[in-house]
Amino acid sequence: MSTTTPLEPDSFAITANLAQPRLPKWALVLVAVLSLGIAGLLTLLLGWSPFAGLVLAIALAAVGLPLWALLLEGKRSAADRLATSLVWAAFGVVLVPLVWLIWLVVKNGIGVINGEFLTYDMRNVVGAGGGIYHALWGTILVTLAAAIISIPIGLFTAIYLVEYGRGSRLARVTTFLVDVMTGIPSIVAGLFALSLFVLIFGPAIRIGFGGAVALSLLMIPTVVRSAEEMLRLVPSDLREASYALGIPKWRTIVKVVLPTALGGIITGVVLAISRVIGETAPLLVVAGATDSVNFNLFEGRMMTLPVYIFSQYSSPGVVPIGMEGDPPGYARAWGAALVLIAIVMVLNLVARIIGAYFAPKTERRR
Amino acid sequence: MAKSIDVSDLNIYYGDFLAVEGVNMTIRAKAVTAFIGPSGCGKSTFLRTLNRMHEVIPGARVEGKVMVSGQSLYDPAIDPVAVRRQIGMVFQRPNPFPTMSIYDNVLAGSKLNSKKMKKSEADAIVEKSLKSANLWNEVKDRLDKPGMGLSGGQQQRLCIARAIAVSPEVLLMDEPCSALDPISTAAIEDLIHELKSEYTIVIVTHNMQQAARVSDDTGFFNLKATGEPGHLVEFNPTNKMFTNPDEESTEAYISGRFG
Repeated sequence: MSTTTPLEPDSFAITANLAQPRLPKWALVLVAVLSLGIAGLLTLLLGWSPFAGLVLAIALAAVGLPLWALLLEGKRSAADRLATSLVWAAFGVVLVPLVWLIWLVVKNGIGVINGEFLTYDMRNVVGAGGGIYHALWGTILVTLAAAIISIPIGLFTAIYLVEYGRGSRLARVTTFLVDVMTGIPSIVAGLFALSLFVLIFGPAIRIGFGGAVALSLLMIPTVVRSAEEMLRLVPSDLREASYALGIPKWRTIVKVVLPTALGGIITGVVLAISRVIGETAPLLVVAGATDSVNFNLFEGRMMTLPVYIFSQYSSPGVVPIGMEGDPPGYARAWGAALVLIAIVMVLNLVARIIGAYFAPKTERRR
Repeated sequence: MAKSIDVSDLNIYYGDFLAVEGVNMTIRAKAVTAFIGPSGCGKSTFLRTLNRMHEVIPGARVEGKVMVSGQSLYDPAIDPVAVRRQIGMVFQRPNPFPTMSIYDNVLAGSKLNSKKMKKSEADAIVEKSLKSANLWNEVKDRLDKPGMGLSGGQQQRLCIARAIAVSPEVLLMDEPCSALDPISTAAIEDLIHELKSEYTIVIVTHNMQQAARVSDDTGFFNLKATGEPGHLVEFNPTNKMFTNPDEESTEAYISGRFG
C-alpha cells in the first residue's frame, strides 16, 4: 500500500457541477393557487358544476407542476413530481368516498340516536319512535356465537398448517379449500346454514344460531389466513431455542409461538369479526327478522342491525296524514347504520390496543 | 455428571441429500471440543445431531450411532425431548424469547415445562446462571425488563445462561460468537473456560484462533468437492492440530493456504 505514489490533491476535485436549478419552495402553493384560479374562472364562465371545476383544478396542478419542473429542473425531477402528484391524487380519490360516507351517516344518524332509540325495540311501533334494542342484542349474540365457533376452528387449522402439516398434501388441500371458502358469496353461506338447519329441525326454521353458523363460514377462512400469516412470522429460531431446552413441541406452540404471535392473531380475529358483523343476506335468510327482543340463540327469529337497516329502508312505514317529510323508517335506518359503524370502529380500536399490548416487548421499540 | 459422546459411522441426510458422511469421533467429558472447517461442510449439521435437533428440519435423518454414556441417542426408545434436556444448545444468533423478561428467559427451561419451584429457589437459579454467564452485574437491576432490550452480546450471554439454567450435562455451541464484537467474544471465551470444569462443551467456530484458544480437542471438517458430502478430515488434540497436523489439508486450511 505504501508503495503507491500519493495522489495529486487536484485529482480529488469534483469536476462536475453538483448544483442545478431547483423549483422554489413555494412552487407547489403557486401552482395550486393558479390551477384553482384558472379552474374557478372557467367554471364561472362556462357554468360548470363546482365538482367538475375541482377535478379540473387538481388535473391542472398535477400536470402543471411536473411541466414546470421539466423546464427548470430536468427530466428525472419532473418524473418524480409527476409520480408524487399521482400518488397524492390516488390517496385523495380513496379518501373522498370514505369521508363522504362517514359524514353522511353521522349527519343523518346522529339526530336519531337517543336513550329511547337504544333501549326500545320495534314491537307495536307503527309510526315514529321505536329503536334498535332487539337488533343490537341480536347482532352482539349472533356475532359472539360466530366468533366462538370460528376462532378455535380457525386457530387450530392455522396451527396445523404452520406447525404440523408443512408441505404435506393435506396441508396443501386445506390451504386451497380455505382460499375457495374466502370466495363464497355470503348469501350462499346463509342458504347453506338454512338447509342444514332445515334438515335437522324441519322446514321453516329460523334461529339466531343458524345465522351464527352462516357467519362463521365466512369468518373461518379470514381467521385461518391471518393466524397462519402471524404464526409463520414467528422466527424458527425461537422454536429451536425452545426445543433445545427440552420443551416438547406442544408446549413450544402454546407457550412460545402463540404468545409471540398473539397480538397479530387478535388483530386478525377482530378484523374478521368486523367483516362479518355487517353481513345482511345470510342473517336475513337464516335468522330472519322480527320486531321483538330475543335473547335465545336457539329458538325463534332474531333481529340483527344490518337486517334492521334493510327492513327499515324497505318498509319505512307511512308519514302520518297532514305531515311532511320522509317516512320514519329512513331515520331509524340511518341511526342503526351509525351504531353499526361505531361498533366496527370500536372493535378496530380495541384490536389495535390489544395488538400493541401483546406485541413482543423491546426497549428499543420503534 | 458431564458425559462423553462416542460417534461411529454417522451419515447425516437432508431428505435424499447426504450432507455429512462417515463421522467417527470421541468427545471427551469435561473438555472443550471445537469443530472448524469451511462454510457448508456440515459442522453445524453434525453438532445438531448430537442433541437430536437435526430432525426438527422436515426430511432430515441420520444413519449410524451416537452413544452418550452407553446410551444410543438414535435408539427408537429414546425420547428426543429427554435428550435435549440433558444436552443443551446455544445458537449462532442470539434468540431470547421476545415475550419474556430477562428473569423469565433464564428460567424458560423450567417455566415452559410448567415446573413448580419456590421463588427463592428460582431466584437462586437465575442468579447462579447469570453469574456463570458473566451477565449478572450488567442486568441484576433490571431482571424484569424484556430480554430483547439487551445488546447482541448480552443477549447471547442470556441465551447461554438460559441453556445452563436447566443444568444440562453437555453444552453445544453453534458459532456462539459470530455475531459479537471482540469484547463480548472474550467474555464468552472466558465463560467457556469456566464452564469446562462442569460441562462437556462442543463448539463450532469459524475463527481458528478461537478454536486454538478455547478447545482441548479439534475436529476439522471439509468437503471433498462441491456437491460432495462433508466429512471429518482429522480429529486430534488442539495442540497437535495447530502445530503438527496429520493431514496436509488440515495444515493448508489452518495456515490459510486453502485449496
